[in-house]
Amino acid sequence: MNIKSQKDFFSGLMFMCVGVAFAWGASSYTVGTGARMGPGYFPLVLGILLALLGGVITFKALVVETEDGDKIGAFAWKPLVFIILANLVFGAMIGGLPSIHLPPMGLVAGIYALTFIACLAGDEFKFKEAVVLATILTILSYLAFIKLLNLQFPVWPAFVGV
Amino acid sequence: MDLFNNLALGFGVAFTLQNLMYAFIGCFLGTVIGVLPGIGPLATIAMLLPATYALPPVAALIMLAGIYYGAQYGGSTTAILVNLPGESSSVVTVIDGYQMARNGRAGPALAAAGLGSFFAGCVGTLILAAFAAPLTELAFQFGPTEYFSLMILGLVGAVVLASGSLLKAIAMIILGLLLGMVGTDVNSGVPRFGFDIPELSDGIGFIVIAMGVFGYGEIISNLGKHESEREVFTANVTGLMPTKEDFKNMVPAILRGTALGSLLGILPGGGAVMAAFAAYTLEKKTPLKPGEVPFGKGNIRGVAAPESANNAGAQTSFIPLLTLGIPPNAVMALMVGAMTIHNIQPGPQVMSNNPELFWGLIASMWIGNLMLIVLNLPLIGIWIKMLSVPYRWLFPSIVLFCAIGVYSTNNSTFDIWLVGLFGFIGYLFIKLGAEPAPLLLGFVLGPMMEEYLRRAMLIFRGDWTVFVTRPISAGLLLAATLLLVVVLLPSVKSKREEAFVED
Repeated sequence: MNIKSQKDFFSGLMFMCVGVAFAWGASSYTVGTGARMGPGYFPLVLGILLALLGGVITFKALVVETEDGDKIGAFAWKPLVFIILANLVFGAMIGGLPSIHLPPMGLVAGIYALTFIACLAGDEFKFKEAVVLATILTILSYLAFIKLLNLQFPVWPAFVGV
Repeated sequence: MDLFNNLALGFGVAFTLQNLMYAFIGCFLGTVIGVLPGIGPLATIAMLLPATYALPPVAALIMLAGIYYGAQYGGSTTAILVNLPGESSSVVTVIDGYQMARNGRAGPALAAAGLGSFFAGCVGTLILAAFAAPLTELAFQFGPTEYFSLMILGLVGAVVLASGSLLKAIAMIILGLLLGMVGTDVNSGVPRFGFDIPELSDGIGFIVIAMGVFGYGEIISNLGKHESEREVFTANVTGLMPTKEDFKNMVPAILRGTALGSLLGILPGGGAVMAAFAAYTLEKKTPLKPGEVPFGKGNIRGVAAPESANNAGAQTSFIPLLTLGIPPNAVMALMVGAMTIHNIQPGPQVMSNNPELFWGLIASMWIGNLMLIVLNLPLIGIWIKMLSVPYRWLFPSIVLFCAIGVYSTNNSTFDIWLVGLFGFIGYLFIKLGAEPAPLLLGFVLGPMMEEYLRRAMLIFRGDWTVFVTRPISAGLLLAATLLLVVVLLPSVKSKREEAFVED
């Protein structure tokens, strides 16, 4: 059997899996009755609904013709990895990672790290440009978020102690 | 007159130097971010929300409303100059606006959008002020049954507005409702779907989902496209003022757009997108005068009408939020989050408990609209410059602001891990052609819906027929059914697909 719409086929599968997972999880809580709903009632019903809908979407994707097969297309792995990574490294810099003995490095280090990694996601990476951009962003963020808005951020690494 | 007393109270609050300043900052920042292609009001508000945490509630809401209008207006600037809808509500503005810009008439197009929006904003504000009190009265008669049915209507409305497949939009709503279930169940205290992670016992933050799915997901998908697809056209904008002829064509279009937009904005699930689309269709149906430029070739009516309509709709969509506490669309869902952060429970009690806040907000909406026109027409040169900033400088900055915003919401690094996950999920949604806006609305409404359903069933002892035997509830459900039936009618269905073809 041919897949007529790739996008719909896989989104249908996704909805089915997530729906089943939620319904299965919900069934481990008290479901209760219509008059006295337990914590599991509403999510169980929704999970089943989602799984059913996912089934219908997948089925339609196999049956209904589309013009070009609705291809998903290649994943943009490079931006995906670098953008998410930039975000995660920023988090590690702000909060520290006890599991690898990384102390909190603070906002300034975090911004430089984030900018460099995020810049790698683009088409071309220019070292000088990244330095300039990171410096501008650091100064702007410091003025806007720390000075003006008084947000609570560790600015410098914890061991510097200012 | 009560209305005038109330408005006077509102203007008294809004016209303090401090609040005027916040309205100005909001409009300015909103436009700055909203002008950037690919960032709609939703992402803009999510990004700038943390900037309002430190403010008093009234000032914060005033600033947020300003950000919303600014982003909306910035989006139309992008649509006209770059041929890229900065947000879904300016999809139709692109058609004639960009053609006008190519014919060297970017100035009048921008002026038409600005003047139309301002007029529509004024009317929308008046309607909001006039309807708020009676609707609030009505809201007090709402029991859990009615609220539940109203939310169904709102969600159905959101489905109707989503682009692409109806089934997928419904699935996304349910997915959103389910994500809203994560966290401690208020009735029993049982932690649900928490995987024993303590940070999840309060549920997933809506900022996390909004930033991950709308911020990171969009950036990744933009970077995945080829450079040529996000090319920026920077026209020389000369001569802002429309000609006399333009005014003659514009005025009736603005009036029609405003009327339509105000009406559609009130409906749950309605709001800016539907309003803009309907207004454009109406203009196309209105016969052309002899010598007038045809639609799709740069007709000024094709800019003025949808822009007035989306602004009027944006204004009146505050009505369900402020009177009933039900967000009619995803932007308003974000507003609910913002209000909750400032310890305001949206709903009918806001008007009686916090009249300064309520009427101050309404007055500041009008001020915001005025500021936009004062700000945007002279500053148009700056916005055009912003458009020519290379994307490779923009996106790291956006990633940074998202990360800072997420962290500062709870001062928790766990939220940063989570937003990474939702960034991936958001990109997956885009790849799979599943529109994420209904998900966010479902996410915000999920816990409320469950609560009302459980309360209704407890009161009526599990009798499901109450939803159709109580008149208001039955009426709301009937409206939802009608809406679904109308969308499924073949003629409307093809129109709807046509309208969203730009997405």
